[in-house]
Amino acid sequence: MNRSDLQTLGERELAKQQSTGCRLLCCGSTPCLSSGGTAVQEVFKGILKENKDLKAELAVVSTGCMGPCSRGPLVRVQRQGEPDVIYEKVTPELAQEIFKKHVSGEDTNQAEANILPGDIPFFSKQKKVVLANSGLIDPERLEDYVAQGGYMALANALREMTPEEVCSEIIDSGLRGRGGAGYPSGLKWNLVRRAKTDKKYVVANGDEGDPGAYMDRTLMESDPHRVLEGMAIAGYAVGAEQGFIYVRGEYPIAAKRLEKAIRMAERRGLLGSRVMDTAFNFRIDIRIGAGAFVCGEETALMASIMGRRGQPIPRPPYPAQSGLWGYPTLINNVETFGSIAPIINNGAEWFAGIGTAKSRGTKIFALAGQVENTGLIEVPMGISLREIVFDIGGGVPNGHTFKAAQTGGPSGGCIPADYLDTPVDYDSLRELGSIMGSGGLVVMDDTTSMPDVAKYFMEFCMDESCGKCVPCRVGTVQLYRILERVTAGIATRNDLTIMEELCTMMQETSLCGLGQSAPNPLLSTLRYFRHEYEALIKDDLPLTSDRFALATSSVLPRQEVS
Amino acid sequence: MSVVTLTINDELASANSGQSLLEVIREHGIYIPTLCHMDGLSERGGCRMCLVEVQGMRTLQAACVTEVAEGMVVTTHSERLRKYRRMTLELIFAERNHVCAVCVMNGHCELQAVAAIEGMDHVRFDYLHPDLSMDISHPRFGLDHNRCILCTRCVRVCDEVEGAHTKDVMGRGINCRIVNDLNQAWGSSQSCTSCGKCVQVCPTGALFHKGVSVAEMVKRHDFLSWITLGREKNEWNYTGQPPYYATERRKE
Amino acid sequence: MAKKDKIRLATVWLGGCSGCHMSFLDLDERLIDLAEQADLVFSPIADAKAFPPDVDVTLVEGAVANIDHLELAKQVRAQSKIVVSFGDCAVTGNVTSLRNRLDVDDLLNRVYQEGPGRTPTGSDPDGIVPALLRRVVPLHQVIPVDAYIPGCPPDPDRIWTAVSALLAGEPVRLEEEMRYFG
Repeated sequence: MNRSDLQTLGERELAKQQSTGCRLLCCGSTPCLSSGGTAVQEVFKGILKENKDLKAELAVVSTGCMGPCSRGPLVRVQRQGEPDVIYEKVTPELAQEIFKKHVSGEDTNQAEANILPGDIPFFSKQKKVVLANSGLIDPERLEDYVAQGGYMALANALREMTPEEVCSEIIDSGLRGRGGAGYPSGLKWNLVRRAKTDKKYVVANGDEGDPGAYMDRTLMESDPHRVLEGMAIAGYAVGAEQGFIYVRGEYPIAAKRLEKAIRMAERRGLLGSRVMDTAFNFRIDIRIGAGAFVCGEETALMASIMGRRGQPIPRPPYPAQSGLWGYPTLINNVETFGSIAPIINNGAEWFAGIGTAKSRGTKIFALAGQVENTGLIEVPMGISLREIVFDIGGGVPNGHTFKAAQTGGPSGGCIPADYLDTPVDYDSLRELGSIMGSGGLVVMDDTTSMPDVAKYFMEFCMDESCGKCVPCRVGTVQLYRILERVTAGIATRNDLTIMEELCTMMQETSLCGLGQSAPNPLLSTLRYFRHEYEALIKDDLPLTSDRFALATSSVLPRQEVS
Repeated sequence: MSVVTLTINDELASANSGQSLLEVIREHGIYIPTLCHMDGLSERGGCRMCLVEVQGMRTLQAACVTEVAEGMVVTTHSERLRKYRRMTLELIFAERNHVCAVCVMNGHCELQAVAAIEGMDHVRFDYLHPDLSMDISHPRFGLDHNRCILCTRCVRVCDEVEGAHTKDVMGRGINCRIVNDLNQAWGSSQSCTSCGKCVQVCPTGALFHKGVSVAEMVKRHDFLSWITLGREKNEWNYTGQPPYYATERRKE
Repeated sequence: MAKKDKIRLATVWLGGCSGCHMSFLDLDERLIDLAEQADLVFSPIADAKAFPPDVDVTLVEGAVANIDHLELAKQVRAQSKIVVSFGDCAVTGNVTSLRNRLDVDDLLNRVYQEGPGRTPTGSDPDGIVPALLRRVVPLHQVIPVDAYIPGCPPDPDRIWTAVSALLAGEPVRLEEEMRYFG
């Protein structure tokens, strides 16, 4: 399939969609499916089966994520010439009503209360670039993606741009890595492109592990072809013929849809040998993780791809110099790859026009915690935290007040109410002692105890430490135990001193990002909520055996029979 | 091979490109502690004892896995580094059960020696005292998990030198454990050749010869270079224990 | 009158084997020098029933293993200018702490109920045996400690180096070969 075939395919599909009188888009992403979305889809499909004559004017489409996940299952009704209507919390009964109203044309208002107005700030303050197709197309159909202009960026890059030009386009766009650290993507691409070896690799990191974060899962589930297209463009730009997409083992739907997408793209000649009738070959294979958080770290991820124990190795050499099997490897987050096609399509200048001077474009966040509207959002960089929490998120429910927002998961930190007006970008968040991270954003209200939060994240890091380097392997356990004492009210001031010292030591001496950033949640809560720790500390603690009893906690390794 | 010039502790030093920083630092007579490094094995960079400050680098670098580069400015013994080395040792001592007084390696142990050299005089963290087992199913050797610091020298020597790859690490974080084959009793291992290299490279009393009692176990650090020199150059000379191993310093 | 200017020295025996005290006695003729400069005001090897006030230097042997140790440690800290962890048990917990991997109740049952010999009735009918702490801890985890003398036991030279520094009012600085545990 070449560029004009692609165009024809897209036009034909679009025409078909437009000629359908009514399209019922049902969210088929994990949150909606787990809250009863499957039953809703069954209802619609059942109706369609019974009324074969409706086939020309009615389509039921299982799409990707629509955003307000806590309100699922979501159904979007598209009628030609009318604005879309979105229904929230749809039950099988409501599904019948929706069908009656929109397809049969009956005068029923049963489902009225469940209409989600399209002009609420949750939608209007967002800017969808990476998630542009999410919730609008069927992720399991290549034609749907092509109808939205999919694979045109790859076609154009292959036909009209040299690899060097692609790289400079990415550099000019100012795109930074969406995995968390924010390294300029274009520079990384150029490093790999310049390397002179007979083999190179492209790797997409879909091992999203932060608790409460599901940006990557959603992207892979809702628009898998976008990730593949981004990877193929990267492959062309850096000179790689093989790509790997590393999907977290807990994401079976994402893996299934990616697999299907790869197969369809290969069949159409959009991946594989002689991509779009050019001399460019690019294969993509999926690798499934086995449940280790540390495999989100790039060197550990590559070890896992190669079939080795998922442990990080010291950098340098960076993967761009020596990665998979010793060859230069470009490794980016799936969201980064998701931004590539829009940049090639619309130009670097367009992309650089979104966001702030140092953080360009948009960022997807998984909004969670004590906030009215939880769900998946995509916002321009530089938007204030206040807008995210109060406008998009709809504020803190049940009459409570906002206390802090946690960004960056176990590697990030807590941002208190005083900094609500800080623009959300890589550098501002870092200054506040947190990080952008991959995009988890947990809102906490005044009932939350900060030492508890710190303890929770420390426990997570302790469980997920790979055990290779001493500061992380043992340091996380020691910090967790001190936090256990703090939250139990039996810690001394000396414990607090040791805790802070150990935090700094771990940041500076740990081997990889996991250990280096594990103290962040603790340090940031200490920085802004020190009084909560002080209140729990007892200086004149009676020396009883209680204090030592706690030492026999569950974190100790147990004997295994061998 | 080109020569590079670097500065180590304010003194100029020259080295061959491709050499590791650790090698060059030791060639220049400067002692820095190591626990997972061993001459003749691949580098791991996990014990964090050989961390040094390199000007212009954002983070501290493990000297064993850092290649020398032209114009590098290296500090090996700042106050900060000394403090972090002591803290790392504190963490290791707190992790498992390192009671020197009742250890087969007492007096010959690298961990014990490094602690003395670095002046780690007490441990401020909680001793974890995990309930770990011993594997004495092998007819000649024993494995005491209580003394293990997970340096993985045994894993590497078994894989890289002996070629058997009997040993590996299972579990993660604080639950990491050295295993034989697929976590089975050492004595029942099909792959183990009973060569004993793992015992020789173990820095602590975790791997030992059966039949030795407290303070009797002595290990040879030179045997690996002896094997490699013999294999590659047919030179069969005992060079003696390399002077930069912590346990050798006591005899000087 | 010169007696008044003497340093008030104490040694305390907590959860240890008394090996450190044996090694202390091994100072041999140096004990005479020591006696000229210091009064031994409290010690397992001196006849004093209660820990006295205003002690200048206290050497503490052994780990903190029961509630009596805990009490005594607190008293030592309150009534001494300088407290020294004397020997591996005080510094690290050492052999005394080997029981930490076991549950205290299981341990007591094993030793006193299931063991050989006459079985006492109840865990402590007379209430005179101090209760064991659930975990044995080194001294510095209970009270602030000013200096550490490692060794199991510390050899007499080590002890003498440390003690003579303390007598001279100087900080304890042990050479590398004197810093070994074990």
